[in-house]
Amino acid sequence: MDKIISEEGVNVTKIATREAYGRALVELGRQDERIVVLDADLSKSTMTAFFAAEFPERFFNMGIAEQSLMGTAAGLALSGKIPFASTFAVFATGRAYEPVRNAIAYPRVNVKIAATHAGLTVGEDGASHQAVEDIALMRAIPNMTVVVPADASETRQAVQAIAAYDGPVYLRLGRPAVPRIYDESYSFHLGKAHQLRPGRDAAIIACGYMVNEALQAADELLAEGISAMVLNMSTIKPLDREAVLAAAATGVVVTAEEHSIIGGLGSAVAELLATTRPTPMAMVGISDSFGESGKPAELMQKYNLTAEAIKAAVKRLKSI
Amino acid sequence: MIIDYQELTTIARRLRRHIISMVGAAGSGHPGGSLSAVEIVVSLYFGVMRLDPERPDWPQRDRFVLSKGHAAPVLYAALAERGYFPVEKLNTLRQLGSPLQGHPDRKALPGVEVSTGSLGHGLTVANGMALAARLDKADYRVYVLLGDGELQEGMGWEGAMAAAHYKLDNLTAIIDHNHLQIDGAVEEVMSPEPLAEKFRAFGWETRTIDGHDFSQIMAALQWARQVQGKPAVIIAETVKGKGVSFMENQAGWHGKAPKAEEVERALAELGD
Repeated sequence: MDKIISEEGVNVTKIATREAYGRALVELGRQDERIVVLDADLSKSTMTAFFAAEFPERFFNMGIAEQSLMGTAAGLALSGKIPFASTFAVFATGRAYEPVRNAIAYPRVNVKIAATHAGLTVGEDGASHQAVEDIALMRAIPNMTVVVPADASETRQAVQAIAAYDGPVYLRLGRPAVPRIYDESYSFHLGKAHQLRPGRDAAIIACGYMVNEALQAADELLAEGISAMVLNMSTIKPLDREAVLAAAATGVVVTAEEHSIIGGLGSAVAELLATTRPTPMAMVGISDSFGESGKPAELMQKYNLTAEAIKAAVKRLKSI
Repeated sequence: MIIDYQELTTIARRLRRHIISMVGAAGSGHPGGSLSAVEIVVSLYFGVMRLDPERPDWPQRDRFVLSKGHAAPVLYAALAERGYFPVEKLNTLRQLGSPLQGHPDRKALPGVEVSTGSLGHGLTVANGMALAARLDKADYRVYVLLGDGELQEGMGWEGAMAAAHYKLDNLTAIIDHNHLQIDGAVEEVMSPEPLAEKFRAFGWETRTIDGHDFSQIMAALQWARQVQGKPAVIIAETVKGKGVSFMENQAGWHGKAPKAEEVERALAELGD
């Protein structure tokens, strides 16, 4: 496995959201005895291993059996525990889709599905392990809340927030270390977008890995005289309608996500705008294809998940 | 707790009458696999389980998971007879707005522990409940009723592996081994046999009984409580459609409602 684990307390600029998740779980476990964690043989990768080391009696490795992972998490939640069930996003939402739907979401059971290795930034493992449709799958299930944090600080807070919330949540986390966007003064609110840049000419609504690309695009656009708002839409469902409508007031909306353009953040924004405030839009995302093996940066370049692509989309819309 | 087999037999007859009446009134539903499980469910709800119908969320209650959720009528009949809700409500089965959904919905009906209906889930959810009991040092037991056809689902075997791995001796599984599924004989559609050997190989203690004989069921449930360090499974040999002559051993009555005339005949056979 990759070696990007930071030393706790050391101020590193890039931390993976999965690592922040693993550390946040330990913090949470110390605060609340009801927290239990389940994994499916990937605890060193999902970083639930930190929790397992400190709270072995509250950690359950279910083996390579993701359906059992979700069903067991449901049973624990029905008995008053707050389970975090972790595996890779492709297995959490694909292999275990139906138990997630019927054993967790339909009965509105208090399970937190924290899935790591989402999107193309899985890298070398290739398409079988790169979930590009997980947001779409989870977003389509009634009762499900969908959260995609952008960096370590936001992940830490999101973990606390979803533990405090009573209901099923899908937390989407990434493999690679990502740049710090927020310091500890940031305050995450479930269901609320966060405006990172004001702007009057266009709005970029991004989530996860793409938030940093959006910031870079906005900086470059500003240098060219285009003032672009940047929204971090870390809760994709329920969508912050007010924030999206405010973004649409700029006249142009570009969404950016490390996910298929079918069913993800872009779709969520388009569904709202098309029915309430039709606005010229572009979606930066994976255009209906699987990924492949490669270095994360190479893949993001090849599949146009870049600041450059966001910038081009804004300029294209502005020139219409 | 009732250990008078005559009284249990009387309750079983009432449950069968409810099942026929409510599925008949609904015009759809699953009578066959509800009737096969009557004695098992009666033994649990009127014999061994620690329950308080006044407090369906009592933390110390024993839990029952109807993994074969299509047998909802037998669960509803038992809950009504046990006092969770008025018996009159049974005839709202499957109607718009009724808490008696086609398959059990825990949010709609107090007393239903787990929303089931999608086969294969129940054992894994029961495992989670049994693990929670252990964490809380609580002494409640978890019972899960599985169908034999249901054991074709891979998820059930993930659960079987996990229950043994975690040595869940506070969990008892019961298999309603009625040998029929929608498309015909379980052994012909996709045989899960040999069941006892499979479960033993997975690390369970097993016992095979006549699933319509109260003395055998009660003894087996007692035996299961004594098993230590392992989960226990009771393989209950049953007859699908049990108690109604024209439904017995007929796969066609898996998911078909009796017509008015058939309801009458069935009730006449069952007696008061």
